[in-house]
Amino acid sequence: MRSNPSDYEMIAPGSLHAIVSLLAKEPGKWLPLAGGTDLMVQYAAGKLPPRKLISIWNLPELRRIEVTPNELQIGAGCTYTDVRSHEVVAREFPLLAGAARWTGGIANQNRGTIGGNIVNASPAADSLPALLAYEAELVLVSVRGERKLPYVSFHTGYKQTLLAPDELIQTVCLQRRYSRYFSHARKVGARNAQAISKVCIAGLGRMANGVVEDIRVALGSVAPVPLRLTKTEQVVKGQTVDAALMTLAKKTTMAEIRPIDDIRSTARYRSEVAGNLVVEFLNRLNSQPAERALDYG
Amino acid sequence: MNDSCERAAKAEISFTVNGEAKSIRAYPMERLLDVLRLEFGLTGAKEGCGEGECGSCSILMDGALVNSCLVPVLHAAGTSIATIEGLAVEDQLHALQEAFLQCGGAQCGICTPGMILAASHLLQTKAEPTTEEIREGLSGNLCRCTGYSQILEAVMEASRRRAVA
Repeated sequence: MRSNPSDYEMIAPGSLHAIVSLLAKEPGKWLPLAGGTDLMVQYAAGKLPPRKLISIWNLPELRRIEVTPNELQIGAGCTYTDVRSHEVVAREFPLLAGAARWTGGIANQNRGTIGGNIVNASPAADSLPALLAYEAELVLVSVRGERKLPYVSFHTGYKQTLLAPDELIQTVCLQRRYSRYFSHARKVGARNAQAISKVCIAGLGRMANGVVEDIRVALGSVAPVPLRLTKTEQVVKGQTVDAALMTLAKKTTMAEIRPIDDIRSTARYRSEVAGNLVVEFLNRLNSQPAERALDYG
Repeated sequence: MNDSCERAAKAEISFTVNGEAKSIRAYPMERLLDVLRLEFGLTGAKEGCGEGECGSCSILMDGALVNSCLVPVLHAAGTSIATIEGLAVEDQLHALQEAFLQCGGAQCGICTPGMILAASHLLQTKAEPTTEEIREGLSGNLCRCTGYSQILEAVMEASRRRAVA
């Protein structure tokens, strides 16, 4: 059953200040709407309860990418097209550029925003494991001011986040220190574009003297939230990549995740695939020449 | 969190469609697709899935390919919209339209307007795309007649003609 447009008020104040002021005045009353690639789907299906909507689409304060010597700051209102076509993202953050390329088709990339993807908090979103691997930080903004927090702490449960009712995500910050890491991503799904993953992986790693010097691995669609595999990272770090380590890494991964059965896949399949994706990443990492190497599947 | 609001008011919303200035009174959350079809009679954009998966409602908004079923009409305010109806110049078909005809790129025709607009969006940035780039550029547009080979060929033919708008 389709929603009736007369049941939805929507305003577009056009400035960040006006928007956060309104959110503060009536917290919880206004639902921010960016590119609509998620909310408009719910709306069309009659699943968006009648609400007051406040447009944050194309807000200049949220739609810019700043590059400092140490940091890349992506405005939460940047679309996937903005993200993937930015040269610093393409050069230094291939996991994010690749995930942006995988998110929907071109039309959805032109409207879907990185902030919307984070707030929508789908455990299956393709770009979120990349943000975990790069240890992204989020700047949240409200009339009370700004606060910065590690992205890894943002999702507190299925579709639950630390965002207060009067806050918006303003910026996604990435440290520019991964250009010498090997990066690897893979999405297992029915098709690459326009299909939600059954499981996806984003991994960063660096070998030194034959051992894994540093590693970050995150998976999508294996838990109520996009999941960084901290236990698996711990068992791998400092070790030589051999058959025994890969067996241990796979076992640790499968113990660390909490996949479910749903319309796209089963918990059993996801568990096996998740373990295999980690093993594949370790294999690729181990077979890289010592110098910088990028691999984006 | 579930406060329903009093009945929304219509807003005056202006934009251009295929170069023509338009102004309507509409509820902000009306879908641009519905406004184009029902208010302006531009029925080239089709409703397929209604959830941004199939691309049959593709249009260009300020030059960017978007699914008009996912655009609240308020977001179109002040923009320049291009639909399939605006592609031909009087009797002169666009190179992509010519190529789709020549290569059999249209079967039942439902996906065709979206395919052509997605292809036109692609050719604006890449005049000579590779097959892989065409596949990516059209990846959000589904053809349930499965005439993908002819569609790919048509886009390549249009690119060869170099008469890209």
